Amino acid sequence: MIPASARIEPIDRPADLDEAQRAHVAGVLADLSGLPGALLPILHAIQDGLGFVPPASVPLIAQALNISRADVHGVITFYHHFRSTRPGRHVLRLCRAEACQAMGARVLEQRLRERLGIGFHETTADGAITLEPVYCLGNCACAPSLMLDDNVYARVGESELDLLVARCRED
Amino acid sequence: MATTVYVPRDTTALACGAEAVARAIEAQARARGIDVRIVRNGSRGLCWLEPLVEVATARGRVGYGPVAPADVADLFDAGFLDGGAHALALGPVEAIPYLASQQRLCFARNGIIDPLDLDDYAAHGGWKGLAAALDLAPEAIMQAVLDSGLRGRGGAAFPAGIKWKTVLGSEAAQKYVVCNADEGDSGTYSDRMVFEGDPYRLIEGMAIAGLATGATMGYVYLRSEYPLAFSLFREAIERARAAGWLGSDVAGSGRRFELDVRLGAGAYICGEETALLESLEGKRGQVRFKPPLPALKGLFGQPTVINNVITLASVPDILANGAAWYRDYGVGRSRGTLPIQLGGNLRRGGLVERAFGVTLRELLYDYGGGSASGRPIRAVQVGGPLGAYLPEAQFDTPLDYEAFAAIGAMLGHGGIVAFDDTVDMAEQARFAMEFCAIESCGKCTPCRIGSTRGVEVIDRIRASVERENNIALLRSLSDTMLHGSLCALGGLTPYPVLSALDHFAEDFAPPVARVVD
Repeated sequence: MIPASARIEPIDRPADLDEAQRAHVAGVLADLSGLPGALLPILHAIQDGLGFVPPASVPLIAQALNISRADVHGVITFYHHFRSTRPGRHVLRLCRAEACQAMGARVLEQRLRERLGIGFHETTADGAITLEPVYCLGNCACAPSLMLDDNVYARVGESELDLLVARCRED
Repeated sequence: MATTVYVPRDTTALACGAEAVARAIEAQARARGIDVRIVRNGSRGLCWLEPLVEVATARGRVGYGPVAPADVADLFDAGFLDGGAHALALGPVEAIPYLASQQRLCFARNGIIDPLDLDDYAAHGGWKGLAAALDLAPEAIMQAVLDSGLRGRGGAAFPAGIKWKTVLGSEAAQKYVVCNADEGDSGTYSDRMVFEGDPYRLIEGMAIAGLATGATMGYVYLRSEYPLAFSLFREAIERARAAGWLGSDVAGSGRRFELDVRLGAGAYICGEETALLESLEGKRGQVRFKPPLPALKGLFGQPTVINNVITLASVPDILANGAAWYRDYGVGRSRGTLPIQLGGNLRRGGLVERAFGVTLRELLYDYGGGSASGRPIRAVQVGGPLGAYLPEAQFDTPLDYEAFAAIGAMLGHGGIVAFDDTVDMAEQARFAMEFCAIESCGKCTPCRIGSTRGVEVIDRIRASVERENNIALLRSLSDTMLHGSLCALGGLTPYPVLSALDHFAEDFAPPVARVVD
């Protein structure tokens, strides 16, 4: 028998969801579970509503789709888009792909790391910005590009970058 | 009568400030008591002129661009609603040489129509291909596509008609049409422009593919990096369904075709067709072994036509105008037109649709106007992150699938990214390996492990550690990836790496020893 002190507590307990989160997940599952190939639409809908896919929602998703928790976890972690932790108030996606590289994206990346004091997939201490890399936003004729929340910005220079960052930190 | 003003609602135009420009025009018109009707069109693809504002005048549509919100009051003062002279005036848009010299087939309507307006679509030749297809037997539709010489525009250039023929010949209760809109290659945005500028074209093409193969359900797999394209296309599907172009009775024919759009989730590998199918089924986007081909066992194990956006969007015109009409464009075995996307360090980036055969040099200099930085163009990557880097000596290569294959390069989805002479090609080679390591699905060893080892080997070369041995090792590793990978990701990553090494060896050379006297 394993002593209680040595037992590893699962991190994905539905009880850890707060009420609003649980209601959102339940609503999404009720709406979308019947779709063919429902898992990606479900994960999108959960993340769109909550900002991330809480690990505690994994057993609920697995149960609704009659697949294992490992299957759900495997899909969440396979795709760069899905997050398992709450993001900052703003998500800044900097394009790292070639067309942007040709127009100075590497310098922008360096500047952003210095300004924010974080790397990719991290959130600033004040909770303002989560920084993520993206590989092409389809704005390659007017590079370098970034996406702040749902808006794409073209020909981003260092001063514009500073301005966007400052605005994110203020609100 | 209200004057019609066009302000694009296209990702690039919006990224350049088109929303604020549209609002400024509205506000100025209101303040001046002028009746203006603003149409949010797609983009013409003259990206360097965005936001490109057009005004419908007695002498046709005249353009102004790039317009900033601060220019708007000035434009009203200059009488731009009557085509008045102004520093930003471009004259009749269709006469702009960049556009006038193109052969716009797939993009004939882009930037001209209101993307979601069904009447506008029909008035500009929409639904004619579908009407023609409804009068034909499935074999005849498939034969028209086969005879047109249309090859897959996603990159692999496989004849579309052959795929369709295989699906048509297979027996199944349910077949599918899947559109690959996971446009992940850097330097490409033509798929996005179809969604944002002429979405019914894709719906029409997919419905025709359904009629040709007996598939009654279609899915579009669109990348999540294109939220605007997603919302516009969802709206387009709803409107098309409400108008009877989709559903159980397509255009009153009694034939069925349903359509749904699904979002990817930021995985480059899902542009590979079998990984895409896995993803659509709700799984990790891991590549499948072939055979079986998707045409026989595709989505949910059923026969599936899977084609790129541009392939499917090219189909309506082929049906409307005949296979020979399309076939007459192009060279050799590359028939029709290719929407080429110019990006990176170019003065005039944008979409150029031309028949195959145009040279890289024409595109870079005649259209692109040379580098944006004013420095010499040193290297060009064609075909996305898996495409070779080409030096100036190869700029006269005509755009043709076979001509590119002959120089160890590929056209891919038609993206061209230019770099000036400040580029460090060893760094670009490293990035190619790094990208493969980040995006590998992990199923096969040469790609999963080879890419990470590739980054390390290139780092050692750049640090002058056993340079010659490590260069030999890099070539050997590339050979393994090229021949041993399950799909194009691991199999083509050596192209940018080896082309950088072969054409730009000096960037891999040891730093020049300082002469001490």
